[in-house]
Amino acid sequence: MNARHLPSFSVAATAAFLIALAAALSSQTVQPPALSLLSKDGRRPLPILLVADQEFVALDDLAAAFQLTVREESIGAVTVSYKGKTIVLTPDQALASVSGRLVSLPAPPSRNGRRWLVPVEFISRALSLIYDSRLDLRKPSRLLVIGELRVPRITVRYDPLGGSGRLTIDATPRANATVTQDAEHLTVKFDADVIDASNPPLPSPGPAGLILGVRLVDATTMAVDLGPRFAGFKATSQPVDTTMRLVLDLLTSQTDAAPASPAPVQPAPQAAPDLPASFGQPASAFRTIAIDPGHGGDDEGVKSAEGVKEKDLTLAIARRIKSVIEARLGLRVLLTRDDDRNVPVDERTSVANNNKADLFVSLHANGSMRPATRGAQIFLAAFDKDAAQAASGGGERVPAFGGGSREIELVPWDLAQTRHLDQSAAFADLLQQQFPDRVPLSAHPIDRAPLRVLESANMPAVLVELGYLTNAEQAKLLGSDAFQNAVVQSLFDAIVKFRDTFAAGGTR
Amino acid sequence: MSPRRVLAIVGTVIVIVVFAAVVFYAKRGLPAWARRAPKAVAAAAPAPAAPPGRKIKARLFYVADEGTRLTSIERDVAYGESADDQAREIVAAQIAPVAAPLVSAVPPGTTLRAVFITRSGDAYVDLSREVRSAHPGGSVNELLTVYTIVNALTVNLPAVTAVQVLVDGKEVDTLSGHVDLRRPLAKNLGWVQ
Repeated sequence: MNARHLPSFSVAATAAFLIALAAALSSQTVQPPALSLLSKDGRRPLPILLVADQEFVALDDLAAAFQLTVREESIGAVTVSYKGKTIVLTPDQALASVSGRLVSLPAPPSRNGRRWLVPVEFISRALSLIYDSRLDLRKPSRLLVIGELRVPRITVRYDPLGGSGRLTIDATPRANATVTQDAEHLTVKFDADVIDASNPPLPSPGPAGLILGVRLVDATTMAVDLGPRFAGFKATSQPVDTTMRLVLDLLTSQTDAAPASPAPVQPAPQAAPDLPASFGQPASAFRTIAIDPGHGGDDEGVKSAEGVKEKDLTLAIARRIKSVIEARLGLRVLLTRDDDRNVPVDERTSVANNNKADLFVSLHANGSMRPATRGAQIFLAAFDKDAAQAASGGGERVPAFGGGSREIELVPWDLAQTRHLDQSAAFADLLQQQFPDRVPLSAHPIDRAPLRVLESANMPAVLVELGYLTNAEQAKLLGSDAFQNAVVQSLFDAIVKFRDTFAAGGTR
Repeated sequence: MSPRRVLAIVGTVIVIVVFAAVVFYAKRGLPAWARRAPKAVAAAAPAPAAPPGRKIKARLFYVADEGTRLTSIERDVAYGESADDQAREIVAAQIAPVAAPLVSAVPPGTTLRAVFITRSGDAYVDLSREVRSAHPGGSVNELLTVYTIVNALTVNLPAVTAVQVLVDGKEVDTLSGHVDLRRPLAKNLGWVQ
C-alpha cells in the first residue's frame, strides 16, 4: 500500500464525511464523489467517473494506489499485475480473467482518452482476489477499507416514547462504545479504528426538543446535541447478531415530561447491562425488504407531457430507498430490477418470495384521464370471497425423511397475499401517517384493488402510487430531489415503525 | 277420420309436448337470460317482436371530475332480444366516444368484438387491442377502465354476476400492468362516486 500518512487524520475523516454527505443529499450530481481509501495509514480519495450511469475508476489511479502494473497488450487486452498475479481485461467484455478464473463485471472496461477505466466493482470482484490485504468495498458509504481495520457501520435512529425518547445506535460489526455527558452534548466514542457513518444519522433539528441532532466529531466519535427538555439518559447495550446495539433512553425534565411517561429521571450516565422489557426482542427477525420499481424496458408506464417516464422515476426512487435503508438500518434491500428492463410480474414477486422478504413495496406513478387529479395512494390487494376461501383450504400430508408423513400448508401462488392482508393494512396505515406535510395525499389515500403484483406476495405488501404524472404540477414535483427525498424519508420512518412492531411480535 | 277424432289427437299431442317441455326445463333449468331477466329488459320482455328503435334505460359509467372514481348517468340503449344481445348493446354504448364534459375511461379507438354470457352468470367481453395499446397507464386509470366495463354489465343485467375482459379474443394478464384480468371480476360500486 502506497498511501501517505495524512497530517491530521480526524480533519481529513470529517472532511471526507461531509463530502460524502453532500453527495448523498444531491442525487443528480454530474460526477459522483470520490471513493475514500481507508487504511491504517489514513484516508485518501480515489476519483470516480460516471459513464452511462455506471461508476468507473481509472486503472492508472488504482495502479498508483495499490502498486499495480498495467500493460496494454498488442492483441488489445489489458493486463493488471500485482506480485506475479495477473488480471486480464478485454475491451467490450464485461468479464475479467483473474489468475485464469473468470469473474463478471457490471460493464466492460472503457477507454477515456489515454486512460483505461474499469467499473468500481473491479476492486471487490477482481483486484481483491490477487491483492495481499483484505479489500472491503462499501459502495453505499463510498468507502474502500484496506487491511484488517475495525470500521463498524453505524446506524442511528430516534423514536419518541411518550414524552421521552430513545436513540438506538447500531454498530456492525460489533464495536463497544462509551457514553459521556457534558453540558450540551452526549459524546459516544467507539472502540474502532474509524466509524462508517457516511449517511446523515438524523434529520436536523432533532425531534421534540430532547435532542437537536447527531453529528460526527472525529473518526471514532459522535456527538448528540442536547435540547432544552433533556434531563438525563440511561445507556444500555446488547449484541444482536453481528451488531452491537447501544440504546440511549433519553429522559425529560419532570415539568415537561408527559404524564404517561413512567421513566424516572436519572441524570448520571451509566452503562447498565439490563434492557427494557420491550427491547432485546430479535429486531433482526425483520431482515429483508423487497422494493419493486414498477414497469421497465418497453413498458414505460405513465408518461408526463414533458416526457417523464414512470419506469425511470420508480427506479430512481427505489435506488435511493435501497441506499438509505441499507446504510442506516442495516437491512437487506432487494430491488426487483436495478436497470431499465421489463420484468414479468411473477418474477417480481418471486424475488421477494424466494428471498423470504419481510415486506414488499411496489412503487408506481399514477395516471388519470382528468389532468387535475393529484395525490399519492397506497393500494392493498383485494380478493373475492371464493379466492379467500380457496386460500384457507388447508394442508396436505407429504412423506417425511425418516419415514412417516407430515402436514404442510399449501397456498396457491396467486392467493399468497390473503394471509398477510392485516399486516399489509397495518403497514399502509403507518405509511399514510408519514405522508402528510411530506407527500401530498389523494382524497382516497388507501384503496383495495385486485392488483396482480400484490396477489402473489407471501409477506405484507403494498403498492404505492406516488402521484400523478398526468398532472403537470405533480409531474414536476415527482421529478424533484426534495420530493424524492421526502418519499424516501416517509418510507424509512414507516419501515422503522413497522420493524419495531414486527420485532415486538405484532406481525406474523 | 272424423273431425272430432282429429281434434282429440292434436289436443293429445299438444298436451304431451307441453308436459315434455315442463319436465325438460324443470330438470335442466331455464336459460340464464330467462331465469333473471334484467329489470330494463323485463319491462320490455312481454312483446315478442320489438319495434325498430326500441330503447331501454341503462346506467353508463364515466370518469368523475375528481379523477379517481367513476360517475354514472342514465342513457337510452338499444333493446336486445337476448341477454347476449342486450349485453352487446350496453357495452357498445359504454365504449362509444363521448363529448365533454363526459370523459370515458375506455381508451379511444377501442371496439367491441364479442360478448357472451355463461350459464353461471359470467360475462366475457372481447375488446379490440386498442384497449391495451392506447391505454395511458396508471393503476387508477386501469381500475376505472376495467370497472367501467364490469359495472356496466353487472349493474344493468342482473343475470350477469361477474365480467372478464378479453383482448383480441384472448385472455390477458392486465391492460397496463396492474389489474388482474385472469378471472371474472364482480361488480364493485366502491369505484363509483
